[in-house]
Amino acid sequence: MTGRAGWKIVGVTLACMLAGCVTINIYFPAAAAERAADRIIDEVWQLKPDAVKPKTDKPAGTP
Amino acid sequence: MTRLGALRAALLVLLLAVAGFAAAQANLEINTPAIAALQRSMQDRHGQLQPLYASGAVGLTRDGNVALRDANAVPLAQRAQVNALVAAENQDRAALYREIARANGKPEWESDIRATFAQRWIDKAQPGWYYQNASGAWVKK
Repeated sequence: MTGRAGWKIVGVTLACMLAGCVTINIYFPAAAAERAADRIIDEVWQLKPDAVKPKTDKPAGTP
Repeated sequence: MTRLGALRAALLVLLLAVAGFAAAQANLEINTPAIAALQRSMQDRHGQLQPLYASGAVGLTRDGNVALRDANAVPLAQRAQVNALVAAENQDRAALYREIARANGKPEWESDIRATFAQRWIDKAQPGWYYQNASGAWVKK
């Protein structure tokens, strides 16, 4: 690969990222908001990450 | 600059750009004193609200609030107190959604944040609690 080709790749990548940044600024970051909501709700409702997994209340040995 | 030098410089620029991009996408800011205070206030209130969710007196609305769903599930003497509790909770929730939007420099995100929370409150509600579905009807989880 020549040095010129390397800069070309950098240029294209930066252009794509710039487009991505513009997108981020316009559109609501739904996934990040969901993570933030989960952290706050776990705190307010005192849900520990362990307690979230479905409980199996069946005693061991029950048919 | 040699060819190898140019390539190295190009890679370095790329690496820095990727790091910055990843940081920009990562998380919403929720670690502010205002948000922490609201969180504590709601956590303290939850002890009183929890039995009301369980009895079905209070339910989770589709717009990220709580509402008195079944007044008959509350003794008459306590109804005013429950109404005050619901009002205080909704006030904190509204402030929370507003503060998160503000902390991220995007006040216009408030309604999107509210909608996200509305869904997550319902998703994380315990079995037996009531929530409003998309058409506004109360559903027992």
